[in-house]
Amino acid sequence: MNRARSCLALAALLLALPSVALAHLVNSGLGPFYDGALHLLLSPGDLLGLLAAALLAGLRGPRAGRLTVMVLPVAWLLAGLIGLHLPSTLELPWLSVLSFVFLGVLVAADIKLAPVAVAALAGLYAVLHGLLNGAALAAIGAGPSTLLGVVMTVLVLALLTSAAVVPLRAAWAKIVVRVAGSWVAAVGMLMLGWLAQGTA
Amino acid sequence: MKRLFLSEPTPMPALAAVAMLLLWPFAAWAHVESGQAGGFVSGLSHPVSGLDHVLAMVAVGLWGAQLGMPALWVLPVAFPMMMAFGGMLGLMGLPLPGVEVGIALSAMVLGALVLGGIRLSLIAAVLVVAFFAVFHGHAHGTELEPGQNAMLYSLGFVIATGLLHAVGIGIGLIQRWDFGRTLLRGAGGLVLAGGLYFFWGAVA
Repeated sequence: MNRARSCLALAALLLALPSVALAHLVNSGLGPFYDGALHLLLSPGDLLGLLAAALLAGLRGPRAGRLTVMVLPVAWLLAGLIGLHLPSTLELPWLSVLSFVFLGVLVAADIKLAPVAVAALAGLYAVLHGLLNGAALAAIGAGPSTLLGVVMTVLVLALLTSAAVVPLRAAWAKIVVRVAGSWVAAVGMLMLGWLAQGTA
Repeated sequence: MKRLFLSEPTPMPALAAVAMLLLWPFAAWAHVESGQAGGFVSGLSHPVSGLDHVLAMVAVGLWGAQLGMPALWVLPVAFPMMMAFGGMLGLMGLPLPGVEVGIALSAMVLGALVLGGIRLSLIAAVLVVAFFAVFHGHAHGTELEPGQNAMLYSLGFVIATGLLHAVGIGIGLIQRWDFGRTLLRGAGGLVLAGGLYFFWGAVA
């Protein structure tokens, strides 16, 4: 009897050993909200398009900036909440990369879009990446608190970036913004190559 | 045998299980993200590791500064984008003949343009720069070491390229002085000489 009990206890101990976390949510040590915030800051695939959307909004003036800063986090949150309830992880690497290549090209070319169109593009980007984030978070057992951390970081970054660009008047400063857009597009094009090769 | 924590003498299966626990291989649980930072640093250092690239990329900035606005910023925007396009072609397996010759020629042509102070129209200047950028991207945008992060490598590669253009533009600002214009053209001569050296290496 004792032998069986001791074997059972050891078996339970073995089963209770933690398994390897294969997913990639970096542990900030400060709880799920900050884990989410850190996740976005350490995800260049999400960040590049977000920065490009904010830069584009800043180039198009205060109204575009205000609309984008409102639309981006709201769309990201709503899509993320839907993503949290998806049955499986979404894998859309091509669409994800193409989305930020497109935004980067718009910034580099300084396309004169209406503020509503800029906000709509930013919203589409947020919906796509919100869905991807939500599904990825659900797959590793993270919940709305982590998603909220992601969304608040989206808000802060979009707000700071577009607010920094809106008042720019000097020609060289606007050029720097357009160069940044071209870099985003260039990184995206290389990523398309890596995806085609199957390396990324 | 001494008792451990059981009231009866420790049975062999339990001992075996304890031994198994003690010998349990603990994987590295921590998340250092190996290769990720390496990907960025590797991408960042790659364009500056080859003098043929450095010459051409700095020359783009020199020529842009010599041509003035808007070429000053259009050329350094066109080069990384077309370089990335060339890298994409390389990664997709599309062949590009004479890559090394094209890279050497880029330094020669851009150096000659700066040396001669030649002023092309904006479209012609963009076409020249874009044409040569494809060779640079095809050759060097594709050298990702195993285990490194492709996104961070690409980011580092593009940033380093842009910064090399910025160095060229910074040097090119000396043209606001008379002696600076001469020096700038002299720098073009150096780029041309470097290009000739690499061209000789590519065809010999």
